[in-house]
Amino acid sequence: MSALEQDLGALPFFAGLEPVYLRLIAECASPACYDPGESIFQQGGQADRFYIVGEGRVALEIFSSDRGILTIQTLASREVVGASWLFPPYIWQYDARALEFTRLLAFNAVCLRAACDQDHDLGYDLMKRFARLMVERLNAARFQLLDVYANPASGR
Amino acid sequence: MPTRLREGDGAPVPGFGISSIPSRQPGEHNGLLFSAFLCASASLRESKKGKISARTGIFVLFGFGVPGHNDRASGGAEVHVGILNAMIPIHYVVQRVCRETRDTFTIELAPSSTEESIAAFEPGQFNMLYSFGIGEVPVSISGDPAESGCLVHTIRAVGPVTQALCDVTRGDTLGVRGPFGTAWPVSGAVGGDALIVAGGLGLAPLRPALYGLMRNRSAYGRIALIYGARSPEDLLYRREIEKWRSHLDLQIEVTVDGGRGEWRGHVGVVTTLIGRLVFDPARTTALVCGPEVMMRFTVLELLKQGLSEDRVFLSLERNMKCGMGLCGHCQLGPFLVCRDGPILTYSALRRWMDRREA
Repeated sequence: MSALEQDLGALPFFAGLEPVYLRLIAECASPACYDPGESIFQQGGQADRFYIVGEGRVALEIFSSDRGILTIQTLASREVVGASWLFPPYIWQYDARALEFTRLLAFNAVCLRAACDQDHDLGYDLMKRFARLMVERLNAARFQLLDVYANPASGR
Repeated sequence: MPTRLREGDGAPVPGFGISSIPSRQPGEHNGLLFSAFLCASASLRESKKGKISARTGIFVLFGFGVPGHNDRASGGAEVHVGILNAMIPIHYVVQRVCRETRDTFTIELAPSSTEESIAAFEPGQFNMLYSFGIGEVPVSISGDPAESGCLVHTIRAVGPVTQALCDVTRGDTLGVRGPFGTAWPVSGAVGGDALIVAGGLGLAPLRPALYGLMRNRSAYGRIALIYGARSPEDLLYRREIEKWRSHLDLQIEVTVDGGRGEWRGHVGVVTTLIGRLVFDPARTTALVCGPEVMMRFTVLELLKQGLSEDRVFLSLERNMKCGMGLCGHCQLGPFLVCRDGPILTYSALRRWMDRREA
């Protein structure tokens, strides 16, 4: 098993994944570095990758014409960035930007989608992992929407 | 239990230090006791320690404890006096007012005389603060328990009483009763990791616990604080948080629900940070305070990380009036939150957490 495969297997997101699949996923991975403030991807762009943060932090942002750039969430080491690569039309819904010097592992989505189509066990396993991640983030987003810290007296 | 969000909906009751006479009692005996107390208290106010009305004997039959006021009552018939005296506010003078956010202030209080003060407090306990002529509310103590003589409270203006408390200036006098309630298990966490999760104003009652943990730093494994606020402008104790962050043996993580502009910190709810921390779940004690929805999500995440239900401590907020388990306003299942809480384990609260306050 290569060092990269071992590193991937140690990530919570890939924990317990079959070694053969780790090898396959490792073949689709490449390192990437971003300077503070540098764009990783932009809303409307082709979602042909997903990322796992190795070091640094990434902000997911959206632009609002009346409120400017809003940060929706920040992601840190060992966390997954991007799920738009999973489903057509494979378009990013948000901007991603490095908040500090950031090292990422970038996974080639075209390569992975083809591998998932060829091996449905891999596809099912990977889909379960992403489904769980998306449910967790959906719950967090709903919690965020509740605005639980607002002052009830001011109605804000 | 942060600064209370609910305040008395009735008119102030002159002389009794409570914001209203309860209009509804969860149990008839509580109502009778409370009424008896009011009469007895009035009698005592006139006679001070000298004469005890026969009605006060009721309290002995029901065996109520007397929080604080150790300097006033001990044993036998003196217990009656202690209970009644615990309902009489002690005068404190505002020494300092510090604006934390647009609607939240920290005030420092000192006793108006050297002869009378409330007893020493433990982290997590609360006082009843009385703005004379307006009303009384329970407010967590947010200062350092080791610093005697000065009381620190962080208050958010959410109603007429808390607004009045936020409007005080140096030299104003307030009434204080307390300290009341249970404490954070600062010594109970010795030997393991301590994880503090605070949401919004929930940092106020947790700050004394953090002081306690830091003072005895070598007795613990990892100590981490996760603090979530609405926005960067809503963060409490900002300068102090920056100081805590300079400690290499503390992990301090701050997140906001919404960030823009110059904010470079985390954005997202507090639960998203729990999984990023390194701690030993089997040896971790978690202290959690914030809005109940936030605590519910936090508990789920802590249990997912492997913490035991009886090592997760929550501070509850209920409609408290007497502070001593007499009136029953703050009843939650088998608990009178002012007396049995505000700090309870999740294992004790699990059945009752979703119970809506009537």
